[in-house]
Amino acid sequence: MDRRELIKAFAASASLTLAGRVWAAPATDARLLVVFLRGAYDAANVVVPVGSEFYYASRPTLAVARPDAGNPNAALALDAGWGLHPALRDSIYPLWAKREIAFVPFAGTSDDLSRSHFETQDTIELGQAVGGSRDYRSGFMSRLATELTRVKPISFTDQLPLIFRGQNQIPNIGIASVSKPGVDDRQARLIREMYAKGDLANSVSEGFRVRDDVYKSVSEEMMAANRGAVSPRGFELSARRIGRLMREQFNLGFVDVGGWDTHVNQGAATGYLADRLGELGRGLAGFSEEIGPAMWRDTVVVVISEFGRTFRENGDRGTDHGHGSVYWVMGGGINGGRMAGEQVQVAQATLFQNRDFPVLTDYKAFFAGLIQHVYGLQQASLERIFTGIKPKDLNLV
Amino acid sequence: MSITATLGARTAAKLMIGTIAGLVAFHQPARAAELASQDIALLDRLTWGVSASSAAHLREVGTERWLQEQLHPANTALPAAVQKQIEAMPDVHRFPFDIAASFDQQGKSANQVADPEQRKAAQQVYQQAMNDRARQAAARTILHALYAPDQLRERLTWFWFNHFNVHQYKANIRVLVGDYEDRAIRANALGKFRNLLSATLHHPVMLRYLDNADNAAGHLNENYAREIMELHTMGVGSGYTQADVEALARILTGVGIDFKSEDPKLKPEQQSQLVREGAFEFNPARHDFGDKTFLGHQIKGRGLAEVDEALDILCRHPATATHIAKQLATYFVSDNPPAALVQQMAQTFQKTDGDIAAVMSTLVHAPEFAASLKGGAKFKDPMLYVMSSVRLAYDSKVVLNTLPIQGWLNRLSEGLFNHETPDGYSMLSAAWNGPGQMMLRFEIARAIGSGSAGLFKPNEPNAVDQPAFPLVMNGLYFSNIRQTLSPTTLAALDQAVSPQDWNTLFLSSPEFMH
Repeated sequence: MDRRELIKAFAASASLTLAGRVWAAPATDARLLVVFLRGAYDAANVVVPVGSEFYYASRPTLAVARPDAGNPNAALALDAGWGLHPALRDSIYPLWAKREIAFVPFAGTSDDLSRSHFETQDTIELGQAVGGSRDYRSGFMSRLATELTRVKPISFTDQLPLIFRGQNQIPNIGIASVSKPGVDDRQARLIREMYAKGDLANSVSEGFRVRDDVYKSVSEEMMAANRGAVSPRGFELSARRIGRLMREQFNLGFVDVGGWDTHVNQGAATGYLADRLGELGRGLAGFSEEIGPAMWRDTVVVVISEFGRTFRENGDRGTDHGHGSVYWVMGGGINGGRMAGEQVQVAQATLFQNRDFPVLTDYKAFFAGLIQHVYGLQQASLERIFTGIKPKDLNLV
Repeated sequence: MSITATLGARTAAKLMIGTIAGLVAFHQPARAAELASQDIALLDRLTWGVSASSAAHLREVGTERWLQEQLHPANTALPAAVQKQIEAMPDVHRFPFDIAASFDQQGKSANQVADPEQRKAAQQVYQQAMNDRARQAAARTILHALYAPDQLRERLTWFWFNHFNVHQYKANIRVLVGDYEDRAIRANALGKFRNLLSATLHHPVMLRYLDNADNAAGHLNENYAREIMELHTMGVGSGYTQADVEALARILTGVGIDFKSEDPKLKPEQQSQLVREGAFEFNPARHDFGDKTFLGHQIKGRGLAEVDEALDILCRHPATATHIAKQLATYFVSDNPPAALVQQMAQTFQKTDGDIAAVMSTLVHAPEFAASLKGGAKFKDPMLYVMSSVRLAYDSKVVLNTLPIQGWLNRLSEGLFNHETPDGYSMLSAAWNGPGQMMLRFEIARAIGSGSAGLFKPNEPNAVDQPAFPLVMNGLYFSNIRQTLSPTTLAALDQAVSPQDWNTLFLSSPEFMH
């Protein structure tokens, strides 16, 4: 019986007298990485509705061609209705064949219609109801960390993102630019002492601890690079580092990737968006490689974005702010190779406000359903993470 | 006429009352001998950081006169050594349109080189030249921040740039980003908000960054229209709708950029509508002349005048007054500014037709502001942290190379002109006090505290480092700063093994972060 079956067995037979925290414990061997594509990536050109006439009519210059084995610029067939952007041929498409990735179309915020990047990113990261006053000191991954035992969270970002703000100080580190610490151990001790009694005590002591751990891990790679190994760049470099760190030290991670706000000249099979996607795909494939086959089986990577874009292209061969997006769920133990969640036909009649993809799977219900299965969380725990939300079981884990 | 005059007088009277109340709220200004710790906090809050000479000047003129100098600056001259550095930069005396047009031409020529290798080389030269211009623009920002006497205007210049953010690496924005800061932002930083908004709208950098240069009748691009309402004026959730975004996008059609010397070809009846000011162009052939409904107002389709009408509507909307007041109060007072203060500032904004100096006067004279100076509640963002370190360490000794400072700001993720999205950098402490950020600060404290850090080595071949040493433990430290340190911090400082070590620890201390 593997770990997932064990959890399912637990979940099925749970007498419900155990507190969520306690029986969540064995499951924290699971690794969860959330990847946030900031800027609202054009999901319709990544997971392409190739079965839709309306798609081709709406995007005279941007559409990606229907699957065609002889055309390198054609979409890669996923199922009868959907295709994958060709920039993901060597990185993500193999995962689909292995059933290690599922796509959730029509996903997003059902309550936030602002079409504002910053507003909707906040909405998702906070995971709170829209309309009331927001508590900016409580992000949903921070609340998740609180519900888990043996959890080692980390944000691979230059700044601590909203999603990880909360009662515990969660470390952050800009993973692309790790360098040898210049502040020595004696200075570090004195600095820690200066902060010991103040608000920033945890921030500072966590900072020194993680700084040393991460530097140790990254310096091995630097030594390899010094010996002439080709070092990847950009997100691929970051993602590979994240893979190594999550294999060895951390099990709940967050990283964001920017540059998806394509109002102008976003390109189709090639061009700006294709380049960004290629880098993203190589990064995610690099992550799975570094974390290693054994750990990959217990790993879940979720790729999200604040919203989708207008279904029709605009006057500048780009797309404006829209609504529904497509989420990705990847991992060695994922029930993948399929389009998950509620779907409608892609046609003018099914567009939201005659403009963009509708949201049929709300991000909170989606995450609640996912983490319920990954960690075997009880309803009371889920309720503390996403108040008043009924988890949606997309049968992903 | 008489109504306006009466209103003006009434407003002036209220402002005077506010000023008098402010005088009472502060300590007695006439007493010149001693500076209160509140004055040091005031300098840190309204300038790019306290230095020995800025403290001496405040002591000399008193708090209220100092505030008036800052709100209505008469002396804006940079020190001669700073001015000399700026004058030595290429292009500083060229007309911005000419600079941009010649860069545009250089880029086009580079793309047309037939041989692929040579083309690549030409493109690299072009990119390198653009990078140089952006670095020089950043150098000017830093020199102003460190040494300009009108410090509050410099803080506001940074604030407004961030509010009307553009990203240097989009297209060729690097070439004119310095002009954008100088002419659109700094020139209007203490003036009328309406002029500031209009200046950003007429600047090619903004039109390129938010894609309005491509927004045309029948080929709508909503990007800029949306961000004007969401970020620049009313604020998200203030009541505008998707239909308003589309209406504003239509109003803005034809507002764009043109680097060509000859005018675009137009039908005779449209020729009088063409507007060109430098690289800014309103092209009537690209404008949607239909009537629009915008925020409940009927706007008659007629050309560029629609934009002025829309800006008036936006600037006089109560949501704009509140949004701007809240942003300013967040930057200058606290992460969660008191609602009463924001309301008072918003009232001033509406009464004075968006006079920024008047709004700032309301802010600095409010008891909430005075209260916020006690206890140093506001955490410095990276820009303030780095500038205040250098100002404290070197005071008026002018740095010869700002590249190390540019590098520190980039490492701290608050690089000049480097925020990719139009929301600008966060003004909240939580964005800047996480573990990773704190570690970087200590590294930079060490770089600044340990020696000249390359600041006095001119950026030219074979340059030698000029002698310089950071002096943090100075007269100001003993007369004022030392008393504000906690026993824990003093105990750590006592264990310093060298002046460099002491500087590093001091610049790393919790007190200096606030």
